[in-house]
Amino acid sequence: MTPILSVRTLSKSYGPRLGCRGVSFDLWPGEVMGIVGESGSGKSTLLGCLAGHLAADAGQVIFDTRSHGPRDVLAMAEPERRALSRSEWAFVHQHARDGLRMGVSAGGNVGERLMAAGARNYGAIRGAAQDWLARVEIDPGRIDDRPSAFSGGMQQRLQIARNLVTGPRLVFMDEPTGGLDVSVQARLLDLLRGLVRDMGLSAVIVTHDLAVVRLLADRLMVMKSGEVVEQGLTDQVLDDPQHGYTQLLVSSVLAA
Amino acid sequence: MDGNGRMIEIAGVSKRFVLHNQGSAEIPVLAGAGFSVARGECVALTGASGAGKSTLMRMIYGNYRTDEGRIAIGGIDMAGAEPRQVIRLRREVLGHVSQFLRVVPRVPTIEVVAEPLRILGMAEAPARDRAAALLGRLNVPERLWTLSPTTFSGGEQQRVNIARGFVHPYPALLLDEPTASLDPANRAVVLDLIREAKARGCAIVGIFHDAGARAEICDREIDMTAFSPERAQ
Repeated sequence: MTPILSVRTLSKSYGPRLGCRGVSFDLWPGEVMGIVGESGSGKSTLLGCLAGHLAADAGQVIFDTRSHGPRDVLAMAEPERRALSRSEWAFVHQHARDGLRMGVSAGGNVGERLMAAGARNYGAIRGAAQDWLARVEIDPGRIDDRPSAFSGGMQQRLQIARNLVTGPRLVFMDEPTGGLDVSVQARLLDLLRGLVRDMGLSAVIVTHDLAVVRLLADRLMVMKSGEVVEQGLTDQVLDDPQHGYTQLLVSSVLAA
Repeated sequence: MDGNGRMIEIAGVSKRFVLHNQGSAEIPVLAGAGFSVARGECVALTGASGAGKSTLMRMIYGNYRTDEGRIAIGGIDMAGAEPRQVIRLRREVLGHVSQFLRVVPRVPTIEVVAEPLRILGMAEAPARDRAAALLGRLNVPERLWTLSPTTFSGGEQQRVNIARGFVHPYPALLLDEPTASLDPANRAVVLDLIREAKARGCAIVGIFHDAGARAEICDREIDMTAFSPERAQ
């Protein structure tokens, strides 16, 4: 089996300031990896470099493409990378409005990504949009409403539908449950777990919420000051942390 | 599993915790632990509180890292395994009934119990049928099946956990106080489930404070006191 994503010594600085340094890992098909760390630890920089939103300074991000096998994404031409991010990848932003077009209907938001992937039949696109709204538990009767009329939790579910409609294989998520009410978070977590399982998705999830990674991620990477200080099986890292920083992080969580 | 039918093999296992934020205090917990469990055998870990029973259970399941020694489940050494190997082992081979229910808050009980089968690729309907049969057998009222178990009583949550742990016929099982807060009727059901698991060849390691249960279903007791670090020194 080939890893779906192989990252080697990935580094990124902002001038003199370190973003992330020397990050390496393999993500296997069907695996969900969480990245935790406090604000400024470099986890969002890392995610941005992986997804091609930020230009890395050094390293390799090798993705096992459907048609051409393993390719270094960082060495790809921009159009090729964009095609990848529209088809085989998905990116779920923390703020749904960053991942949605707020002036376009819910159905349009989902259909747009299908059209970008080459779909042309209006009936089929609308049918797929309806199906996906139902899958993320949005009343298909609201297909013509704009996301601005949706609650925060609904917007986030719509963003997920927009991202997953094209059947991606790798999903990047940046604090997908951040900023949502706890009850809405639970619903979203349940939904994401089901989708990951049923679609066999691989995912990289950045969050600062240890309860979220425990429920969603198979593996966990802990970052501090731009570097990975510990990684392993999620519950082993959380239950038996080896690094002082991870021990501090785990012991700092308030029990409900 | 090796040629002798040993499903779980523990050899030369030691564990200590290092608390980096408390002056790097070192707490040795286990030293030189070793035993094996054959197919169809049930072994109880005994010893006073603090003897390392739960620690060893967590090491076998992979929640705790094994610093030294070997813990092989079906031939895979948990001590050096990659996360994906451990995940696969937990899905297919090694079940775990813990004392605590950890679930996404709003997921219905029937889905919580069916989930291990769904992860293994079983279709929804047969997975739910299997889950329903177990919940019924464990006397969890049907009206509760569509509700999240997070609001259930301790005994009900425990039965949900047990149903989840027995829904797939794992070749190896870890049981942490499976009869602790159960009434006599449900306790009898759980003991039957354990007997049936043994009969199909499941290797079981458990902690049972319930001495009666231990006497009924366990083939051997392992006194964890023998593996205390003080004794080894």
